[in-house]
Amino acid sequence: MNDDLHQSPAAQEGMRVLEKRVTVSRRAFLKGSGLTAAGVTTLSVGGLMLPARDALAAELTHLGAAIGKTLLVMARDIFPHDKIADRYYMQAIEPYDAKAAEDPALAKLIRDGVAQLDAMAKASFNTPYADVGTETQRLSLLYAIEHGAFFQKIKGDMVTGFYNNKAVWPLFGEEGSSWEKGGYINRGFDDIDWLPKA
Amino acid sequence: MSKTFSKDDNSVVVIIGSGAGGGTLADELTRQGVDVVILEAGKHHTQEDFENDEWAMFAKISWLDKRISAGGWHHTETYPNLPAWIVKGVGGSTMHWSGLALRFMAHEFKTRSTYGHVPGANVLDWPISYDELAPYYEIAERKMGVAGTKASGLPPMPPNNHYRVIEHGARKIGYKDIVRPVASNTRPHDGRPACQQIGYCMQGCKIGAKWSTLYSEIPRAMKTGHAELRPQSMVLRIEHDKSGKATGVLYADKDGNQHLQKARVVCVAGNSIESPRLLLNSASSLFPNGLANSSGQVGRNYMNHTTAAALTINPGPVYMYRGFDIAAVVSDEVPNNPDRGFLGGYHLEGLALHLPFAAAFMKPGGWGREVSSALEKFDHMSCVWVCGEDLAQEENSITLHPTERDQHGLPIPIVTKTDHTNDAAMRRHGLAQWRKLSEAVGATRVIDMPPYPASHNMGTNRMSEKARDGVVNKWGQTHDIKNLFVSDGSQFTSSGAANPTLTIVALAIRQAEYIAGAMKRREL
Repeated sequence: MNDDLHQSPAAQEGMRVLEKRVTVSRRAFLKGSGLTAAGVTTLSVGGLMLPARDALAAELTHLGAAIGKTLLVMARDIFPHDKIADRYYMQAIEPYDAKAAEDPALAKLIRDGVAQLDAMAKASFNTPYADVGTETQRLSLLYAIEHGAFFQKIKGDMVTGFYNNKAVWPLFGEEGSSWEKGGYINRGFDDIDWLPKA
Repeated sequence: MSKTFSKDDNSVVVIIGSGAGGGTLADELTRQGVDVVILEAGKHHTQEDFENDEWAMFAKISWLDKRISAGGWHHTETYPNLPAWIVKGVGGSTMHWSGLALRFMAHEFKTRSTYGHVPGANVLDWPISYDELAPYYEIAERKMGVAGTKASGLPPMPPNNHYRVIEHGARKIGYKDIVRPVASNTRPHDGRPACQQIGYCMQGCKIGAKWSTLYSEIPRAMKTGHAELRPQSMVLRIEHDKSGKATGVLYADKDGNQHLQKARVVCVAGNSIESPRLLLNSASSLFPNGLANSSGQVGRNYMNHTTAAALTINPGPVYMYRGFDIAAVVSDEVPNNPDRGFLGGYHLEGLALHLPFAAAFMKPGGWGREVSSALEKFDHMSCVWVCGEDLAQEENSITLHPTERDQHGLPIPIVTKTDHTNDAAMRRHGLAQWRKLSEAVGATRVIDMPPYPASHNMGTNRMSEKARDGVVNKWGQTHDIKNLFVSDGSQFTSSGAANPTLTIVALAIRQAEYIAGAMKRREL
């Protein structure tokens, strides 16, 4: 618990308020994300030598790191949550790699879409999309393609790929499945404490 | 003690569908010694299959066979192949329903008399009154265990955070009629446990505290030795003899093999899209426009409630999903008061969403900080669903696609819906009132959502006094074919402002009494 939470009326009254800040230590990361179980992609030794974002993008072995990085930045721009680390966005992007390997139409949609976005970025800002300096500049490019099939595909998939990822739920205060914990009958279904007394 | 009936046994009542209508009818008929065969299109899920997971359960139990949204409503863009959010499986949509068990008001049975002629609408009085249905509402509330009702004797559902925040705002802006009649046990009842405030009620109640025919009416009917349940049995057509009497139904099993089950009486309870679709698909040389369709009203007058939804960001945490899914329900706006600029009324229903559905429904197609900044406050959110009267219009309909066929070779249904101007005015009023209510609590932001696919489908085989105005009489018996009944929400003449399940159950109890009596008297 940090000081802000201790000072909040909710915390004083005992209402459970979840920590929703970016957590940096490995221990806190694992605790906050629930990612202690198997199935998490681990970084290669080589990957650790690269900046974090490049290392994540390099996980796309089929589509390649450059496309991975573009999709990652694009995903962040579509549903920006400053407090949430790249890794969670990458978890929504990463399935494209295997799918694109099996689905040539999808691979083409992504490759062509990224190429177009990069071409627009170079024309306007002299740099690929992922390196365009400000969010405002990148959004000006996304607005130009938002009705196209590529943008619609990425955005549509993000709705479930990102928000339906159980690992991000704690960062939003979504506590997930409760029946195995006995529901909330003894765990705060009626613990609201900030309403004036009736 | 499940029974098996021969397919040539023409003494049975065949019930098509096992949801609120069909499941209740099976229970009530077998209780009176009538033999029934229940044909259910979907699988037989059990509580083992239920997960506290919105998308997983959506994929598992929804009716996802292709349908087409048409007409002037926004679903043609936002949900082009999901006009309605209902269930395919034993128990039907009682697996998914929110549990809110509201009665119609008296005037909602007499809309034509109350509203007068409404231009552009096809409004009609029901052939029954509130007083005629009231005793059956009582039985339904007792059967279903509706918390806080005299009939059930069960205590009210204890308020959760979401209830409290809505109730507080409602009282501050002067609302007084704040209710929560929900069919979930507040103490062990009818062999089912008490609600543990788990949430995820619309994903199938994991412990069976919320009423569903899946684990109350259907097993009870089976125990009598008078019922056989055949899941994964999709009825393709209803057969009739030369005199026009229904003789049986043709259905496909899970492997696609076709069977003919003979019947003394056929009851259709496949929900307001499938029921008229089946009658239309049963067209014959004797009935070229479909069964029971001499009025031309089969598939017409499709109503799904005038709905809207909004998410409110409150000044403090709410965790709206903790506890029963239905929070406070404001009924003050239900009475008919044309001074508001529209006919009929609506409920403001607190209805919790989890993060995945909040993200999906809040602004379909939306993106950017407008969306993400709101979702960052998910734990502070409350959520309303406006449930208001939808006026019958003939053009709002279920029709058959001219060329596209389903896996059984049958034309797929087209669901056509266009708002009446009354709907738009009501929706605006409801959202404005919710905003006031939210601001009274200190809300910092209210996000109006477009209506998401409704689970309430009504009116496509409506009841009418005269055969020319509708499809069934006051017993749900088709005007044209004596031994053919409609037993689901498609009987509704008006939609009212109430969630339909309680009324479907009350009508099914009443219909069972009629059918059993008529069979004894040899009228059927």
